[in-house]
Amino acid sequence: MMETSILSLAAASLRNRLGSATLTILAVALSVTLFLGVEKSRTAMRTSFDNTISGTELIVGAPTGATNLLLHAVFHIGTPQAELSWSRYQEIAARPDIAWAAPVILGDSHRGFDVLATNQTYFDHYKFGRDRSLELASGEIMTDIFDAVVGASVAAELGYDIGTPLILSHGIESTGHAHHDDRPFRIVGILKPTGTPVDRTVHIGLEGLTAMHVGWETGSRHHLADSITTEMIRSFDLTPDSVSAVFIGLKDKTTILQTRRALNSQREEPVTAIIPGQTLTQLWRLVGTFERLLIGVSIFVIAVGMTSILTSMLSSLNERRREMSVLRAVGAGPRHILMLLVSECGLLGLIGASAGVCFTQILILVINPVLVSTVGMELAGTAPGLTDFLTVVSVSVLALIIGFWPAWTATRNSIGDGLAIKL
Amino acid sequence: MNSTAITIEISDLEYAWPNQGPLLQLKSFTVAAGESLCLLGPSGTGKSTLLSLIAGVLEPQKGRLQVCGSALEALSSHQRDQLRADHIGIIFQMFNLVPYLSVLQNVLLPCRFSPRRRNRFERPESMVEDAKRLLCQLGLDAPDLLSRPVRDLSVGQQQRVAAARAMIGAPELIIADEPTSALDRDNRNRFVRLLQDEAKASGATLLFVTHDQGLASQFDRTVTLDDINHITTPTGTA
Ligand SMILES: Nc1ncnc2c1ncn2[C@@H]1O[C@H](COP(=O)(O)OP(=O)(O)OP(=O)(O)O)[C@@H](O)[C@H]1O
Ligand SMILES: [Mg+2]
Repeated sequence: MMETSILSLAAASLRNRLGSATLTILAVALSVTLFLGVEKSRTAMRTSFDNTISGTELIVGAPTGATNLLLHAVFHIGTPQAELSWSRYQEIAARPDIAWAAPVILGDSHRGFDVLATNQTYFDHYKFGRDRSLELASGEIMTDIFDAVVGASVAAELGYDIGTPLILSHGIESTGHAHHDDRPFRIVGILKPTGTPVDRTVHIGLEGLTAMHVGWETGSRHHLADSITTEMIRSFDLTPDSVSAVFIGLKDKTTILQTRRALNSQREEPVTAIIPGQTLTQLWRLVGTFERLLIGVSIFVIAVGMTSILTSMLSSLNERRREMSVLRAVGAGPRHILMLLVSECGLLGLIGASAGVCFTQILILVINPVLVSTVGMELAGTAPGLTDFLTVVSVSVLALIIGFWPAWTATRNSIGDGLAIKL
Repeated sequence: MNSTAITIEISDLEYAWPNQGPLLQLKSFTVAAGESLCLLGPSGTGKSTLLSLIAGVLEPQKGRLQVCGSALEALSSHQRDQLRADHIGIIFQMFNLVPYLSVLQNVLLPCRFSPRRRNRFERPESMVEDAKRLLCQLGLDAPDLLSRPVRDLSVGQQQRVAAARAMIGAPELIIADEPTSALDRDNRNRFVRLLQDEAKASGATLLFVTHDQGLASQFDRTVTLDDINHITTPTGTA
């Protein structure tokens, strides 16, 4: 009874100072919103980052740094110095400890989206998230040389559908002169969204890529290229000379380190073999410093919110001295005065933090459609959960704790004042 | 109802504010149960300080203070707060009300802190009924008054709300510290009479402090602080 009574007094007192209380609550709410916003986008980024690739034990490429290889093969960022010869790929694929090996060739693009040439093995074994395979939203995996399968964002952003012809360009420029417009591809399949770089990729067959480059062997268009008909191309041997990287699955996952060592220590035509999960973690550590900085900043912002509670409480104390005397007169002890002010601070913290959680959810509701239309995915795991709960609890507890400062001042005043009503 | 028949009994009391010379030195001072007593004295002589001591908000450096059957020196500060909540109603000179509570909530405030005063009523509704009855007898019977914010009341109305609050739940002792100094003569006399009547009706002891000699005649007994206080020269100001 006593405790609820003090709480209701605290609530009534806050309601009485609605203007200043609202401002304080707003300050706390905004600071919590910033903190949760940073925290949620960080975890969403981390999750989608970690979920980019799974089920692939090793990625092999021409000798380079581990993160470089990962960035290139999985995120399609940067250009590799060298490629792996086709015969080397075949050797690797033939190793007895390897269950599957999917070659990929990168380097071309289509209107800003990456083109990845590969084979059926890639579609069978590429996994993301928690062992999720690539799935078709419509159509089928390519069978013909000039077939293409596009990721969800490619189809959505460019308005493509099954049957749409594609003109791929050499290199990464989205507009410009180097179009392979003599060899149009046709979309036969559209993948379901994955939230990974796959969504922004145009997949074609290995033969398709070679066919596209017939007449372009020097890197620019050969003057006789026009004279080579598509029928002639189909009769050529279209096996590529080299690949950008090979995705590998092992028969026995426990041999992963031996296999990797064996591949890395190859003398002639040396290769780099990386464990994607491991390298992802390394890569994230690079981003980590920035991440910690962001968290540091948002914790400071929470501290600013707390300070605004302190400011508003301390500045109200003098005008509340009479109120405290009245409460003392009707039987309130110093304990009650302490409890009253501490619970006012706690309420400010609790309401502010809860409002902050609501603001964050509203913000996410607004931002997600924008993200879906630009990046093709929304922030994952942003529903209110343990983090929000813990934030509300910690902010409230923190507010309660700092509440002891004004509460202590008020208590000391009220003891010193006796029963006299002072100005 | 009160078996001791003495509500306040003070012996050999001494009090000084921190870092000040002695202010009060009382050999013996008694107020009988049901008595209405007027305590007179010029400003700064320590009347309010004495009331704080009786109410258990301040602790004397020396002496014994028996209030409503309890020896204050034997009580912890928490027990003294509870004693005040349970047995004493207090009215100040002004600013008696908690600004963020309505008239009714202000009147019922002591019941929040005192289960004893709360339990005088069988049901919460009868508590509200009694608050209305008290306000009505004090001349506050406007129908919308109960839920009005206390800021909207005149000073005289505020003092009457404070009187109703002091008397809710029938405490044994009503302490009034110059409750009429902000009122004009007519209102002052009426207020004192209302207070007297209410105290008599509930059998409460009334300890009324004022420096207005004109009010003295309305009380059972009048005491001047200087007559009982052995420190005659007030410290500091003239
Ligand atoms: N909270 C306090 N801290 C320190 N000294 C105080 C305090 N309250 C009162 N005093 C001192 O005690 C003395 C008596 O003050 P008190 O308020 O008891 O007088 P009073 O008789 O009630 O006067 P008034 O008629 O003006 O209300 C004064 O000299 C004052 O300076
Ligand atoms: Mg006084």
